[in-house]
Amino acid sequence: MKRAAAVLSLLLLVLVVVRSGRARAETPPQTRQAPPPVAGETLEVPPPPFSDGIYPCNTCHDSLKPNPTRRVLEFHDEIQLKHDEQHRWCLDCHDAVNRDVLHLASGQKLSFDESYMLCGQCHGEKLRDWRAGVHGRRTGQWNGHKTYLLCVHCHSPHQPHFKPLAPKPAPKPPMRPIR
Amino acid sequence: MNELRQFSRFVSGSVRLVTRGNGAYWLWLFVLTVLILSGAEAFARQVRSGLVVTAMRDQVSWGFYIGNFTFLVGVAAAAVVLVIPAYVYNWKPIREIVIFGELLAVSAIVMCLLFVLVDIGRPDRFWHLLPIVGHMNFPQSILAWDVLVLNLYFIVNFIVVTHILYRAFHGKHYSKKVVVPLVLLSIPMAVGIHTVTAFLYNGLAARPYWNSSILAPQFLASAFCSGPAILLAVVQLLRRFTKFEIQDEAIWKVAEMMAYATFINLFLHGAEAFKEYYSNTEHALYTRYWFQGIGEHRTLVPYAWTAVVLNVAAFILFITPKARKNVVLLNVGCLATYAGCYIDKGMGLIIPGLTPDALGEIYEYYPSIAELRVAAGVFALGFLVFTLMLKVAVPILLGEFHGTKPATTS
Amino acid sequence: METDEVPEGKLPKGVTRREFASIAAAAAAGWLTTACGNRRLHEIPKDKLRSAVARMEAEYAAQYGRAVRVSDTGPMDDVVFAYALDISRCVGCRRCVHACVEENNQSRDPEVQWIRVLSMDKEKGVDFKDANPYYAPETVPEEGHFYVPTACQHCRNAPCTKVCPTGATWTEKDGIVVIDYDWCIGCRYCMAACPYGARHFNWGKPTLPAEQVNTNMHVLGNRPRQQGVVEKCTFCIQRVREGRYPACVEVCPVGARKFGNLLDPKSEIRYIIENKRVLLLKPELNTMPKFFYFYGT
Repeated sequence: MKRAAAVLSLLLLVLVVVRSGRARAETPPQTRQAPPPVAGETLEVPPPPFSDGIYPCNTCHDSLKPNPTRRVLEFHDEIQLKHDEQHRWCLDCHDAVNRDVLHLASGQKLSFDESYMLCGQCHGEKLRDWRAGVHGRRTGQWNGHKTYLLCVHCHSPHQPHFKPLAPKPAPKPPMRPIR
Repeated sequence: MNELRQFSRFVSGSVRLVTRGNGAYWLWLFVLTVLILSGAEAFARQVRSGLVVTAMRDQVSWGFYIGNFTFLVGVAAAAVVLVIPAYVYNWKPIREIVIFGELLAVSAIVMCLLFVLVDIGRPDRFWHLLPIVGHMNFPQSILAWDVLVLNLYFIVNFIVVTHILYRAFHGKHYSKKVVVPLVLLSIPMAVGIHTVTAFLYNGLAARPYWNSSILAPQFLASAFCSGPAILLAVVQLLRRFTKFEIQDEAIWKVAEMMAYATFINLFLHGAEAFKEYYSNTEHALYTRYWFQGIGEHRTLVPYAWTAVVLNVAAFILFITPKARKNVVLLNVGCLATYAGCYIDKGMGLIIPGLTPDALGEIYEYYPSIAELRVAAGVFALGFLVFTLMLKVAVPILLGEFHGTKPATTS
Repeated sequence: METDEVPEGKLPKGVTRREFASIAAAAAAGWLTTACGNRRLHEIPKDKLRSAVARMEAEYAAQYGRAVRVSDTGPMDDVVFAYALDISRCVGCRRCVHACVEENNQSRDPEVQWIRVLSMDKEKGVDFKDANPYYAPETVPEEGHFYVPTACQHCRNAPCTKVCPTGATWTEKDGIVVIDYDWCIGCRYCMAACPYGARHFNWGKPTLPAEQVNTNMHVLGNRPRQQGVVEKCTFCIQRVREGRYPACVEVCPVGARKFGNLLDPKSEIRYIIENKRVLLLKPELNTMPKFFYFYGT
């Protein structure tokens, strides 16, 4: 319980504001006010990158019986789990009772916009760096209000390896004058 | 009043002198004028379109212009350093040549300053470099120092030359009170301009090829080769085409000095090459680019070895008494020295210093047509200045043109 | 072309007499204003600087047909800017290069880019000799390669400002190395002195399409440059002096770019220096960069 309290208080240090722009109408904006870790600092996270129309999960899962067995998925066939898949399966992270939330190893429930807590269970050092603004992208003010991204904005939780990108054009090599 | 009349006679006489000459003289002037006009046109184009007409780029940001500048600073310095034996040891034979050395120095400095002017991106802002109206970044910037010492050196030499000639014109010996201190000042200044120019490169830790403490001594050594080489050619021409008498002894003595200078130059180069190749650190890259090329980038390699061959050949010719007393071999030696030092201290200094660039990229620089034309124009202008000054100086020194008799041409 | 009354050969091609007169007049006026008190930008008194900046705003607005703001915001107290770049994260996508060009009004043609991303061989480590800035695969990162983006390192012991013969480049109180484009004579000594290839010269007339102009400018930063002067990264002085992150930091898709106040113990930069393996480029030159490379992993 003490650890849970500590985790919670850490969590409260981070003020999370869900931007309504990309959020589906069903998602209630979840805003927590708390003393920020650095005076004048405000952390802002955009909503989690759900596939279109997939959330809330309970729309479908309410009527489905949880099935913890490892199998070829019928509906979520786009998910190829490549994230320590030998040791894990869906319900290690997704809550079996309420599919609209996640859960930590402790059993503590977690909303999707706090998913970094879940990632941080294993990747503690990354979570620490992310909090410090050192892992991941930050935008905003270097001396004030900053926006964070969630881990899952860059790393698909099911296949966290960063996807290759097409590079922008290379510089032009130096050219001698023509003539 | 009399003084003023004398001065106007000096000026009008000088004008008469330079406007008279044989066909060869006029052909020479014509060639120079054509080159100057072509250079001016190319420069105008460069000012309008920018330095994009040169082959210089961010990777190799200095090129042919700055190479020529560096070489000519050496010429300017060395020409005057001949003053040392003449005045310190009061060795008469060389003393006759000294005045030509100073004329050469004046022309060389004119070319140096012009090469800086054509190299900068904003020649319209050259006045930013001047004291009082502009802002000179003292004492940090070696380039600010260089501009200062080059201008002072120019002024000192110009005063000495004009004073000697003007007095000779009036049939008087020059004033020792004026000339001796200035000449004595110009000796350390000659060493100074070249040392400062070497420090210009030497001080840049970003460019390992230049960041070697041997650079300043090596600059001086190569200056003592190239400066006298030009001077020897000039005095021989004078001996041939004017009544000016210059003793063989003086020429041989200068040639002998050049042998030592060439040796020291080669020795210092060798010492540097040894350091680079034996220690074989990542800094050896630039020396390797010059002598061997890197991969398929081998544009400069033939020039590097040509310079080595020329300098060694010149050393052998000058160190052999029989060879240096032979007019043909002497001139071959002069030409070899001149060309060897020109390659070495121009392109051979600047380009490997910047290739590969600070981030390891290799852009093979060689001058564009525009650069060649502008540079030829600057050289032609320098030669024109030198020719016209000689045209006036020679008759004065021969006593053919002076304040009491009407001027005659040579 | 209004060349009909101009005698052939008197003027450079493409320049009319009227243009020539106006150029000459502008040059003369420029010379007078600069010579009579309007000196290098950091020597100009505040009020005169404000009017100089207003003149620039009018000039650029006329040139590009858009409202332009030229800021002259000075350094903040107790702030020294520093940058950190995670070379274990950079994938070499060059988004920073192009965002920088758009933010800072670099010339599109001839191409001027303040950031240069070098592809390096993992087996060789940070080695400029074999670095390649021209890599162009379908996707990055390439197998066996890592990437080292370079730009101005804003050295504390900057060789470039030391060598400038006219004092046209200097370090501001907040550590940003800046250039006065109106005082630079284009001698390129700073480029020879820079160990990081960070300085770029306007070899030709810079071109900047009016619709692509970033109208939020700073007098020491991204205002349009002239032909024949040197330019370089200013940490996006027009943004950071207003508290914002540089453009490259915000665009980096992998979050490899970090920026902040070196004097603030709680800044990202200080966290990195205290917790990560940090390296400097060419530390043996004692340039003391305020641009740190680090391994985030």
